[in-house]
Amino acid sequence: MALQQFKEIGKSASIQWRVIYALLMREILTRYGRHNIGFLWLFVEPMLFTTGVTVLWTLAKAVHGSSLPIVAFALTGYSSVLLWRNMPSRCIGAIEPNLALMYHRNVRVIDVFLARLLLEAGGATISFIVLSLFYIYIGWLEPPVDVLTVVQGWVLLAWFGAALAMFLGAVAEKSELVDRLWHPFSYIMFPLSGAAYMVDALPASAQKYALYVPMVNGVEIVRDGYFGNQIRAHYDLSYLLAWCMALSVLALAQVIVVSREITPE
Amino acid sequence: MINVNHVHKVYPTRQGDRVVLNDISFTLERGDKLGVLGRNGAGKSTLVRLVSGAEQPTLGSITRNMSVSWPIAFGGAFQASLTGLDNVRFISRVYNQDYTQNIDFVEDFTELGLYLREPVRSYSQGMRARLAFAISMIIEFDCYLIDEVSAVGDARFHEKCAFELFQKRADRAMLIISHDVEYVRNHCSQFAVLHEGNLQFYPDFDQAYSQHMVNLHN
Repeated sequence: MALQQFKEIGKSASIQWRVIYALLMREILTRYGRHNIGFLWLFVEPMLFTTGVTVLWTLAKAVHGSSLPIVAFALTGYSSVLLWRNMPSRCIGAIEPNLALMYHRNVRVIDVFLARLLLEAGGATISFIVLSLFYIYIGWLEPPVDVLTVVQGWVLLAWFGAALAMFLGAVAEKSELVDRLWHPFSYIMFPLSGAAYMVDALPASAQKYALYVPMVNGVEIVRDGYFGNQIRAHYDLSYLLAWCMALSVLALAQVIVVSREITPE
Repeated sequence: MINVNHVHKVYPTRQGDRVVLNDISFTLERGDKLGVLGRNGAGKSTLVRLVSGAEQPTLGSITRNMSVSWPIAFGGAFQASLTGLDNVRFISRVYNQDYTQNIDFVEDFTELGLYLREPVRSYSQGMRARLAFAISMIIEFDCYLIDEVSAVGDARFHEKCAFELFQKRADRAMLIISHDVEYVRNHCSQFAVLHEGNLQFYPDFDQAYSQHMVNLHN
């Protein structure tokens, strides 16, 4: 009996993976086409963003309240922003242009989301890794002290971004307010999200409040892994985990509601 | 077998809820060919969408013990910026089919030649219809849903479609909706009229047709 169920789940999983792969390839071709560098834009674009911000901050000699080199600070901070901000942006409004695909019964709303999330997280991750390696190679950056902690922070940020993205993507189908409000919200959250400061540099009274922002915890973990003892990182791992799990449950619930209600043209 | 069991479908509108399908039940067995007549806006396409599973009924249930196609010749699933071949590739991936074999069939059936490597955006209505129909034929289903297949294309295309559907796949179940009453008469074995949310079955085409005419003219 149990074996039978495992087989069923395995079959379903392979179908779902097939559908997500098909959607992924379709999305890559639709977004990047076969012109000039094609799908390389997937990570060249975030790399350009990060590099631009790094150069700007270096020129402006930005005050970030620590002795860290500005390059390292900008790379870890801005890459993290790209990770949690681009996923929701791509998932809001993702259902509408793909409605007609729902005629293929194996294609579900969640597959459309997952394909886009994989693409977006993949792009941000490749960009982060390639830039890190490049900066290390040319000597602007020291290699991370503890790679596994960097990975942990990065994965948690990605999880947070993905859950937020699915939740907003599903709710946006019901109310266009989500789309309208997301842009100002994400813009304002950018400086507040830990990209532009270290919690340690804040006044002690403000640190508590900064850590209420879930993304701040993620960025601090990434920097903890990158810089080790050079900095004093502040974060609450269980708080961030709780956010991720609660958002995931909410997101999946909303996705189910939306899948029930959608009307293909 | 497809079993449609007391299905209701209600759409919210600005003027309140509108009942499109009101307690509809029927069964479609392997080999059955059900033709549904109805005036514009009667809910025929809604019925097809529900049977296809693309949409869920408000009340009631639909059980499928055979594989059901998407509405045949439905071109809406094309990504206009992708080429014809990209779209074939996508469908082949979703349904776990051998892509190269499908390409041969699509090339042969559509006679689109070089255009298969151009974006679908540049296709004419007729070319899109040919591609859509060919893509529908690369996956084998037990039951085909046919929503106004004869609306576009020339006579040659219609002949090829009829051959693929009604000769090569004569043993399959089909649900056909069309405003072309001759098409329904020629290809169906069961007839029903959808009017004001009710699906009424008739023993032969002539009775269904005369009721359809009454509904049309008042």
